[in-house]
Formats: sequence, structure tokens, C-alpha cells
Amino acid sequence: MSDAPPANAPGAAPSGATPAGAQNGSPAAADPVLDLDAAYRDSQVGEILGKLDRELVGLAPELDRELVGLAPVKTRIREIAHLLLIDKLRSSVGLASEPPPLHMSFTGPPGTGKTTVAMRMAEILHRLGYVRRGHLVVATRDDLVGQYIGHTAPKTKEVLKKATGGVLLIDEAYYLYKPENERDYGGEAIEILLQVMENQRDDLVVIFAGYKDRMESFFASNPGLSSRVANHIDFPDYTADELLAIAQLMLARLNYAFSPAAATAFAEYVRLRLQQPQFANARSIRNALDRARLRQATRLFEHGGTVTPHQLEELDESDIRKSRVFAAKERPPAES
Amino acid sequence: MRLTQGTFSYLADLTDEQISRQIQYALEQGWPISIEYTDDPHPRNVYWEMFGLPMFDVRDAAAVMQELAKARAEHPNDYIKIAAYDARLGRQTTALSFIVNRPGNEPGFRVERTVRADRQIGYQLHSYATEQPHGERYVPRSNGKA
Repeated sequence: MSDAPPANAPGAAPSGATPAGAQNGSPAAADPVLDLDAAYRDSQVGEILGKLDRELVGLAPELDRELVGLAPVKTRIREIAHLLLIDKLRSSVGLASEPPPLHMSFTGPPGTGKTTVAMRMAEILHRLGYVRRGHLVVATRDDLVGQYIGHTAPKTKEVLKKATGGVLLIDEAYYLYKPENERDYGGEAIEILLQVMENQRDDLVVIFAGYKDRMESFFASNPGLSSRVANHIDFPDYTADELLAIAQLMLARLNYAFSPAAATAFAEYVRLRLQQPQFANARSIRNALDRARLRQATRLFEHGGTVTPHQLEELDESDIRKSRVFAAKERPPAES
Repeated sequence: MRLTQGTFSYLADLTDEQISRQIQYALEQGWPISIEYTDDPHPRNVYWEMFGLPMFDVRDAAAVMQELAKARAEHPNDYIKIAAYDARLGRQTTALSFIVNRPGNEPGFRVERTVRADRQIGYQLHSYATEQPHGERYVPRSNGKA
């Protein structure tokens, strides 16, 4: 576990902050000296970050090491937390600064822990006093955009009311903006969001989440929005090993298991699938497993006769090998 | 005559900060807040008009205060009250309600005595405001003329 940054930051920072304060304030001995360490402890941010670490590992408890792919995410969250804490300390000694921009965008494929991180982010913001309640409201296009004229504004405002004092996570935010349909009401929702993001910064923090490339084009076509979103955090894809571990975990939850041969076949499957387009991490893995279960059921029926509980539980190599991913590999590479 | 009714009827009018903290208390109890207004403040008139829907799932008083600001802008010369409803089984009633806006000029009420059969006397409360038609009751005179 990398609990190093929480231990590091308070340790490293006073050496920078306290002497500087002492030098500047040498004539006036009454200049207050702020204990960064104590402030960090009081805010309990370290505990939340630790919890986040545990939770993200908890996505795959069978990996008793940290999920490598999410390390940059945690680093970014930690950086933001440190900035907010320092900002709070600065304002407590009268070093006036603009309130830091808090609206964020989480980009990355689904199932990479965006909601979990958003929940912890809300908690951190609450502890540091940037939002008053620290709850998370998750909304999608359905919750914000109405079906007829005059339906959108009340709907969006309703959601905003619920999220007031906390964090609003807009999942798949790019669906709000549909350039191909000029009568779409999504634009209205965006306008209301913009107003609130600008005028009620004390009340509400908005996090936009979704696939990276689509979010980028979404922000590109809504410049007003992107200029108000300061923190972009990218959630990287899982590696093949991590996906394999996730698959094992999913199977265990469904009371299935790979036969040893099937496990090797699935590892191969994951590597092949990774190279194909439209790969959606854990979701693709789940779909692959669902199809394997389908094939297993068919196989058992075609075999007929009696089955043992063990047979019902086990996914065979053939259940995996029948996937079209393998067929694509055997095909001569004509298209690529 | 200053109209008093509801939870804090014997106190001076609450400031916005006090209102906000009362609302926050209600929200923390899990009571949804609704905003109601009327220009017929008879003590027995419990059916005030609703300003929007009751606010369910709201966690922070700021959201209600925004609605209240809207209600005040739209109905500056009406009585507006905040009502918090406790939906728990066994209670299911308004847990807290107080007036948060009142017209500048409150003409008040008079008691009317009516002599009925056998020299019995009946009493009834007559609101001076209701002598004007709906919508003109609390409009300040100068505005009304112009």
C-alpha cells in the first residue's frame, strides 16, 4: 500500500513552510506558526485517502497488491486534497486567494472506480469545508433533460436542489449535448448547469464523468463548460493481469469457476480482446463471461444425461475457445 | 395587526439566517419542506397554495432558501410559510411550520356577533383583507391606485 504520500506531505511541508514563516516574520515574533501536520490530522483527509486506497483495492481483493492502473488517479486526488488544505490554511492567516476551482471531470471507461472516487472526493471536500454536506448525487441525462418544452428546467433544477451542499456526478455527461439534433433539450440543461456552477460555487461541486475521447469532444463543443472545469482526472484502462483477476472475482461472485485449461484460454482471450476496438474493461469481461455461461449451458444440454454439481459450476476451455475473438485471430489478417 | 401562527408565533420574525437554520434542522430530521403562500390568512384556513412541489431528498437548506427567495419575489405581498412534514408512520403530520413572509400592511380581523334564535350570540372572525378581491388584498394602496 502506498501510504507514503500522507506521511510524506505533512513531514515534508513544515520544513518548507515553517522556516519561511519564521524568516518573513522575524521582526514580529507574534506571527502565528501554522502546524501543517496538525491541520492535516484535524481534517482527517489522510483517513479518507486511506479508505479510498482500500476501496479501490477492494474492487479486486484477491490482488493483495494495489491496482497499478489506478495509482495516477490516487496521486491526483491526493494532490487536489493537499492544494485544498493549503488553500484553507492560507485563508486562515488572511492570505486571500480566490476559492480554488473545484469542478472536475473524471474520464475513463466505466467500471474503473469513478463513482467510488467521486464519493471520497465529496467526503474530502466536506471535511475541508468546501461543501457543506458532502453527499454525492449521481445523475445521467435522463435525470436532467426533459421530454417536452419547459420540462427540462424544472427537472435539472430539482436535481441541483438535491445536490446542493454536496457533489453532483453527471455520468456520461456528453449525452447532454447532441449536436445532430438542434431541438434537443440537452443544451438547456447545460445552460442551467453553467449558471449554477458559476453563481453557486459555495453550494455545489459538479463532476462530469464519461469516456475520455467523447468527453474531450463534449468539452470542445462547450467551451463555457470546459473553462469552468479545472481538474481533469483520467482513469486508465486495466491491464490484462488485472482484468484476469477481475474475471476470477466476478466468477466467484456468480458461483462459477474456470477449469485450469479454461483459465489459460481466458488469459489468452483477454490479451486478444485488448487489441480489438471497443474494449470496455470490466464490462467487456462481464459480457465475455456471460457468453461463456451461455455456451456452457448449451454444451451441458447437448451432452444430455446427468450432470454433477461440479459440471454445473465449471466453465470449460471449449466454452471460452468458441468465442469469435479466437476466430478473428485465425482468420488471415486481410482487413488490418 | 400582526398575524401570528405556527411554531414560532410568539417570536419576532425570524431572520434569513435563523430561517435557514430551522430548515436545516428539519432536513436533518428527514422532513421534506414545502413552501406555501396565501392572501387569506384566516386562522382556520389550512389550505394555503403550494409554491412548487414539496422538496424531497434535499440535503441542504441553501436549496430551500433559493426557492424561498423565488417565492418572495413572486408573492411579495402574500403570507408565505415554510412547512416541514414528518412522514413517519404514527406521526404523518406537519412537524414544523412558520411564517417567513408577510405583507407590509396587515389590516387584521374584526369579531362579528350575530344574534341567533333564543338570544344566542354567535361569533365570527372577519378578515378585513378579504373585503378586496383575490389578488388585490395586500397590494399597497399607492400601487393599487396607480
